[in-house]
Amino acid sequence: MRTGLAGQRLVAAFFVGALLFNYPVLSLFDRSEPFIGMPMLWVCLFVLWAMMIGVVAWIVERGAR
Amino acid sequence: MLSGTVVVAVSFAYLLVLFAVAYFGDRRAEQGRSIIANSWTYALSMAVYCTAWTYFGSVGRAASGGVWFLPIYLGPTLAMTLSWLVLLKMIRIAKTYRITSIADFIASRYGKSHLLGGLVTIIAVVGMIPYIALQLKAISSGYTVLTGQHDSGFFPFAGSSWVNDGTLYVALTLAVFTVLFGARHLDATERHEGMVAAIAFESVVKLLAFLVIGVFVTYVVFDGFGDIFARAFADPELAGLLSLKTASSAGYGGWFAMTLLALLSVIFLPRQFQVTVVENVNEQHLRRATWLFPAYLLLINIFVLPIALGGLLYFGRGTVDPDTFVLSLPLAHGEGMLALLAFVGGLSAATGMVIVETIAVSTMVCNDLVMPLLLRTERFKRSEHPDLTGLLLGIRRGAILGVLLLGYLYFRLAGEAYALVSIGLISFAAVAQFAPAMLGGMYWRGGTREGALAGLLAGFVVWAYTLMLPSVAKSGWLDRDFLDHGLFGLGFLRPEQLFGLAGLDSISHALFWSLAANIASYVLVSLARVPTGQEASQATLFVDVFRRGQDAPATFWRGSAQVQDLLPLVARFLGAERARRIFQTYALERGLGGIEQLKPDPGLVQFAETQLAGAIGGASARVMVSSVVQEEPLGLDEVMDILDEASQVRAYSHQLEEKSQALEAATAELRAANERLKELDRLKDDFMSSVTHELRTPLTSIRAFSEMLFDDPKIDLKDRTRFLGIIVSETERLTRLVNQVLDMAKIESGHAEWHNTDIDMRELVEQAVETTAQLFRDRGAVVELDLPDEALHLRADHDRLVQVMLNLLSNAAKFVPTAGGWARISLSRETGQIRVDVSDNGPGIPSDELGVIFEKFRQGGDEHSRPQGTGLGLPISRQIVEHFGGRLWVRSTVGQGSTFTFVLPVPPENAETVQSTQ
Repeated sequence: MRTGLAGQRLVAAFFVGALLFNYPVLSLFDRSEPFIGMPMLWVCLFVLWAMMIGVVAWIVERGAR
Repeated sequence: MLSGTVVVAVSFAYLLVLFAVAYFGDRRAEQGRSIIANSWTYALSMAVYCTAWTYFGSVGRAASGGVWFLPIYLGPTLAMTLSWLVLLKMIRIAKTYRITSIADFIASRYGKSHLLGGLVTIIAVVGMIPYIALQLKAISSGYTVLTGQHDSGFFPFAGSSWVNDGTLYVALTLAVFTVLFGARHLDATERHEGMVAAIAFESVVKLLAFLVIGVFVTYVVFDGFGDIFARAFADPELAGLLSLKTASSAGYGGWFAMTLLALLSVIFLPRQFQVTVVENVNEQHLRRATWLFPAYLLLINIFVLPIALGGLLYFGRGTVDPDTFVLSLPLAHGEGMLALLAFVGGLSAATGMVIVETIAVSTMVCNDLVMPLLLRTERFKRSEHPDLTGLLLGIRRGAILGVLLLGYLYFRLAGEAYALVSIGLISFAAVAQFAPAMLGGMYWRGGTREGALAGLLAGFVVWAYTLMLPSVAKSGWLDRDFLDHGLFGLGFLRPEQLFGLAGLDSISHALFWSLAANIASYVLVSLARVPTGQEASQATLFVDVFRRGQDAPATFWRGSAQVQDLLPLVARFLGAERARRIFQTYALERGLGGIEQLKPDPGLVQFAETQLAGAIGGASARVMVSSVVQEEPLGLDEVMDILDEASQVRAYSHQLEEKSQALEAATAELRAANERLKELDRLKDDFMSSVTHELRTPLTSIRAFSEMLFDDPKIDLKDRTRFLGIIVSETERLTRLVNQVLDMAKIESGHAEWHNTDIDMRELVEQAVETTAQLFRDRGAVVELDLPDEALHLRADHDRLVQVMLNLLSNAAKFVPTAGGWARISLSRETGQIRVDVSDNGPGIPSDELGVIFEKFRQGGDEHSRPQGTGLGLPISRQIVEHFGGRLWVRSTVGQGSTFTFVLPVPPENAETVQSTQ
């Protein structure tokens, strides 16, 4: 797995995460108006974070099979 | 409001529960039924990352900076994504070479350097002391909040003196517990199963406690997330917290720096290294931790912002210390037990961090700072210490106590002035200095000891100047003057705007300068010289750990020692009984009967050193082992030779392949040659039988006529003359046959003599025709000559060519019909060659015999019809013509005669220049 497909997927996930959690993508969510009654930045950060954890879980648990 | 007795009793009860868990874990480990050998416990133990800083400090940070608490947890999420690249390699390296701390890791990588190990230890201790102080501060302020020893803003009353200060007793209690968890006995593997079990348990407790408080604040005090956020949006002051730009002045650069800092910290913090690398049971557990640990971080952070906003909404801004919201909100609502639960959660976070961190740091202090110094002293070397396990344990326990007391000291000196989060970030920036030397050491062979030393030193100095000293100065323990005007009044040396770099927050600023200085020094100094043999060998062991496997290190050690010397040495540090046991196991693994049969080979030395490395660190182990070993240090060339060995083996196998291919080709050639030999053998047999057959025919007639003359003396003269004539003619034929056979043999073997002279072919043909004229006349045949006008010169053996002509002409004479026979001989010059045709109107040769007539003893026609001959004329003629580079062939149609043709090459212009052959 270290050099296999899952390893490459994880590296790709890292770069996607690094992109999403930094400027300029982050600034897209930084709006002052509420999003479903909650701060958009806070909601988006947690949703993206959860999605990333989900993707990583999918990659590694799938590789375990 | 709770009484102090209740809080202390509950705290001690909780610590005892923790200890019970740890004791249970240790017992199970001894029985071989580990309770931590699963990926869930492993991932939970990693959550020691979440300390009191997370538990109390995140809320405090969110209260002043909105979502700015998040990079500290996004960084680890990103880092864990790369765990299969980085952490797995660290785990494999640490397991293979028994590395038990970051200091040991770096020291081992750069040639087992004591100096480097000591420097890393000092950085780790200095960097971790504020962090430990932070935990003490969290516990003590939590206690004061719970017991009501605080003012209306929940700020604790200042402790009047050291003796009355509860924090000191907290520190001492924690020291005792840490010793119980991590330094009760000495373990060669430096693994603490019980401690890991307790940490995992604590992780569950702190998560549950925090979630309970979060739910309480969000859904009991307020009416869910929507309600809190709606109120926050309504408050113009709080609304600013909800945006990244307005909440902090650090900007996106600061956000990135914070993420990077946390990313590095989760790998290089001593306690993370301890639980992730040293305490790892199975590499496969890392797989689940890759997502489970980030998921834990996400869960524990969901309620941070709601609690912070809730506290600010409830108490108002600036009235209550936001770091205590987790406790003060339940207390303000009269939920004492809830507040106690929150305190236990915070206690969990703080104790977990303190226990693991001090164990990790004390291992470093013992193995990489105290032991090397002890080993250096003459007194220690000379004196006989039969068993040093007690000394080792004593050093570790002392180190644990010392680190905690230093933490307390920092808390007394600077703790009050700083918020929790800022202290934590200072520590993070310190451990980030390990990153270049660690990562460089794992992926780059070129790093040298001086490079690592320079990098660490530069990074540490810049960190201390730009972050540590300002924090001390701001606490009032140093003159603030250098902060505002720079060192020695030099403006460009202002610690928080080094070289005039302004516009960054202090953490980003310090991180940038320290890492820049660190990486630059590490790389540039490393590139100043070629690595030494030991550095190169260690570099290879680390960089290629996945390729080399477990047995490789022995190859880099050239030295030997008797087991009688090594066993007592190991026993001094591990205890006699355990040392005997592990040597026994080692012997059995090698199929030997017992310790006595162990051979003094490099492998044994390596084994002993690895065992010692677990207990006293790689560098000290090397020193100890080399005291009993006759070791020859390896030079760079020799190390490279060893490294080349593998490629040589590959080269050998390649050569072997080539050779076997060549062998196959040779076999095929030999087989062909064998076939050819068999064929020649067959031809020889044929030749012999032909020759004997040809010899027998004339011999038979000679013998018959001789016997007739011998038996009957009264034969009349006429018959006698006729018989003698036949005998003479047959004898001549025999002589001719023997001559031809000899001739043939000579030509074929290349021993024939050739007398080359300049000859005129026209003359030669005329001469030959003249010689054979009588033969044709006897048959009544006509000979036609077609010769060119000018002479055709050529350099060759005159007699041999005459032989060829005579053979062809006599053949023609033999075969022409008795009536109306004719023969035509033509000589002509073609480009580069002279051509001779001898045609007749004989019976012709069937096409299937055209090739056969040039073989030895093969004559055309059947036995009866063919005229007399040896069957060697044409083969010899062909040999002669081919000797001069020409060709001889025949064209024939049955019933219409045959044409024998031969060509001889001549130089284009002049016959004189024909070079002589032999």
